Amino acid sequence: MDLKEHVVQKLKEHFPGTNFETTDYRDELTIKFPKEVVVDVCSFLKFDPDLEFSFCEDVTAIDWAKRKDRFTIVYQIYSFKNNFRLRLKADVDESDCKIDSVTSVWKTANWQEREVYDMYGISFNNHPDLRRMYMPEDFEYHPLRKDFPLMGIPGSIPLPKK
Amino acid sequence: MDSDLKEIHPKIIQALLDTETDITVDDALENEMVLNMGPQHPATHGVLRLVLRLDGETVIACVPDLGYLHRGYEKLAENMSYYEFIPHTDRLDYISPMANNVGWVLAVEKLAGIEAPPRAQYIRMMIAELARITSHLVAVGSFAMDVGALTVFLWTLREREKVLDIWDILCGARFTNSYTRIGGVANDAQPEALAKVKWFIDQFEDNLAECEKLINTNRIFIERVDGVGVISKEEALDLGFTGPNIRASGVAYDLRRVQPYLKYNEIDFDIPVYTEGDSLARYFVRLDEMRESTKIVRQVLDKMPQGEVLLNQPKKVLPHKTEIYTKMEELIHDFMIVNFGINPPPGEIYHAIEGSKGELGFYLVSKGEGHPWKCKIRSPSFNNIQVLPRLLVGQMISDVVAIIGSIDPIMGEADK
Amino acid sequence: MGLESLLKQDGYFTTKVDALIAWARKSSVWPMPMGISCCAIEMMAAGDPKYDIARFGSEVMRFTPRQCDLMIVAGTVTYKMAPVVRKIYDQMPDPKWVIAMGACTASGGIYRTYSVVQGIDQFLPVDCYLAGCPPRPDNLLNALIMIQDKIGRTKAAEFKNAKPPELELTQRN
Repeated sequence: MDLKEHVVQKLKEHFPGTNFETTDYRDELTIKFPKEVVVDVCSFLKFDPDLEFSFCEDVTAIDWAKRKDRFTIVYQIYSFKNNFRLRLKADVDESDCKIDSVTSVWKTANWQEREVYDMYGISFNNHPDLRRMYMPEDFEYHPLRKDFPLMGIPGSIPLPKK
Repeated sequence: MDSDLKEIHPKIIQALLDTETDITVDDALENEMVLNMGPQHPATHGVLRLVLRLDGETVIACVPDLGYLHRGYEKLAENMSYYEFIPHTDRLDYISPMANNVGWVLAVEKLAGIEAPPRAQYIRMMIAELARITSHLVAVGSFAMDVGALTVFLWTLREREKVLDIWDILCGARFTNSYTRIGGVANDAQPEALAKVKWFIDQFEDNLAECEKLINTNRIFIERVDGVGVISKEEALDLGFTGPNIRASGVAYDLRRVQPYLKYNEIDFDIPVYTEGDSLARYFVRLDEMRESTKIVRQVLDKMPQGEVLLNQPKKVLPHKTEIYTKMEELIHDFMIVNFGINPPPGEIYHAIEGSKGELGFYLVSKGEGHPWKCKIRSPSFNNIQVLPRLLVGQMISDVVAIIGSIDPIMGEADK
Repeated sequence: MGLESLLKQDGYFTTKVDALIAWARKSSVWPMPMGISCCAIEMMAAGDPKYDIARFGSEVMRFTPRQCDLMIVAGTVTYKMAPVVRKIYDQMPDPKWVIAMGACTASGGIYRTYSVVQGIDQFLPVDCYLAGCPPRPDNLLNALIMIQDKIGRTKAAEFKNAKPPELELTQRN
């Protein structure tokens, strides 16, 4: 059986009642699910002996600006065993701007989630060390949100005196 | 422990103190202290800042502080067209600009659903491998310099200058090249450039062996890095090491082999793997990879076909300048692409190449407009630095520079 | 300058103190390599055997600001980095000069973004702007020659009132 169908079928068997949306674009499989099950799905994908998605390449977010569920969290994961890359997605709304952290599943998600927090202001529950990644600690805004201007807010970060 | 460390933000100190540690040191000079290293430090390869918690001379915890070179690439990409972003990729990993150019255009081509002509793909492969050689030359040289062997650095830079001369001929710029284009490369490789590449790889292996002899027979160097900063296969995978670093820990993960892009499946090359996982192994992997790269370049020169270097697809590919100046249709297409962009169909892709530091990936989301809706750069250095605290814990303070040098971080892409 | 030939004739020569001091200063400019990003690599290239900055007496790159009199700011300065650059500048002894290497330091360059300082002259006095992204090493040597010209025109009395840098030292308990 094709690996793509196999992954989706396994997920559906293991999580009955959960809504999985799949898209296949340019030969890349994307699976979207509600944010409540993110840790369960991720640890299933990692520890299932058939799949073994043991490598989390990237965690990022997308700001859709005007959509109802404003943000989408995106995980790129990779299975060494099957040489297969999978993309996971979960929507996060601005009113409840948090999602469970997957640091307990993949340690490498630690900094990647901190980066998402810094850039989009989405907080991660149970994250061991949720601080800003790039911007100064007392910076108030989240630069990659679509309503943040490219040139920033003048005077938001002080410069030393000449 | 110092209570008023004004320069270090309290949150960083808190993170440092919260770090769980099981290192115990029986030391006459036993006193815990916080040491700030960077962002301006000759051995941190740029502007990396490490806040170290020391017990005597032993590092018991480490918190890296990034962002001193955060230039906002992802925000910039959302505000410019796919073509305009090519020069920015030069400055991501500024030691190997050509490889980043290749990575970006491959991602955009995948999004737009086009493929470059074979000759262009061979040229791209050649420049990506030469970029890997320059990058590893700087990595090896500065690693040796960090542990005190200065001459190697001058010798490896001498070799690097030869490649930069090739790029001068090839595209007119020696450092930030912007040579690739969506659907091909900017101009065909001139016979002089190819002849110079051939000359370079013919003499390179001997010169590399010379550089290598300087340090491999140097007991001070070997003893300072042997067995320092060891990481096991499982931990390295879990923490997100890629590139030469993970191959030094015994994982043969190389995207050129597992998910071949360009024409790598037509090329015969080995993937050097070491199992020790220490700083010395990471150094040896880089040396071996340079040899493999010369092997690849030699095969590429032999196999390179003749033909076009730019795809003929006027809606997606910018025509060559000489045609724009002489033909009406090309002028119109140039106008449309420059002003409105190439408008790839709505969708999202992730494409990764084996950059010189590791897996360099671009995640692009298109809404059918001329500029990407979202661009995420999966930079290898960022993920490699994440392993640093784990590598440093339990080591002596003097080993810190050796370990940083061995994982070869470039802050331009780590901070984005 | 051919001092040896002059000394060989009579054993002495006459000159102005200003000229002698300026000559000594300009022929041994010790740079502080404030290497931040891409330009730092070209600054390293200026020190390599091909370009050889030693021909101009400036090969002694000191990584401690206390021993330097020329700061080469090589690379994009972000808002987070700016206080660090300023602090290192403050630690350098007078007289001191600054080269703003590359487009980023002069104007922000291609990075018109929220995090990049649009020109380091907002918080540092700059003596020489150096064009290019990044400038070629030859260009850096050119800037060095310009700085040397500038130093050659100074008079020792100009720095009479120069004070050692005042620093807030962190109090240890």
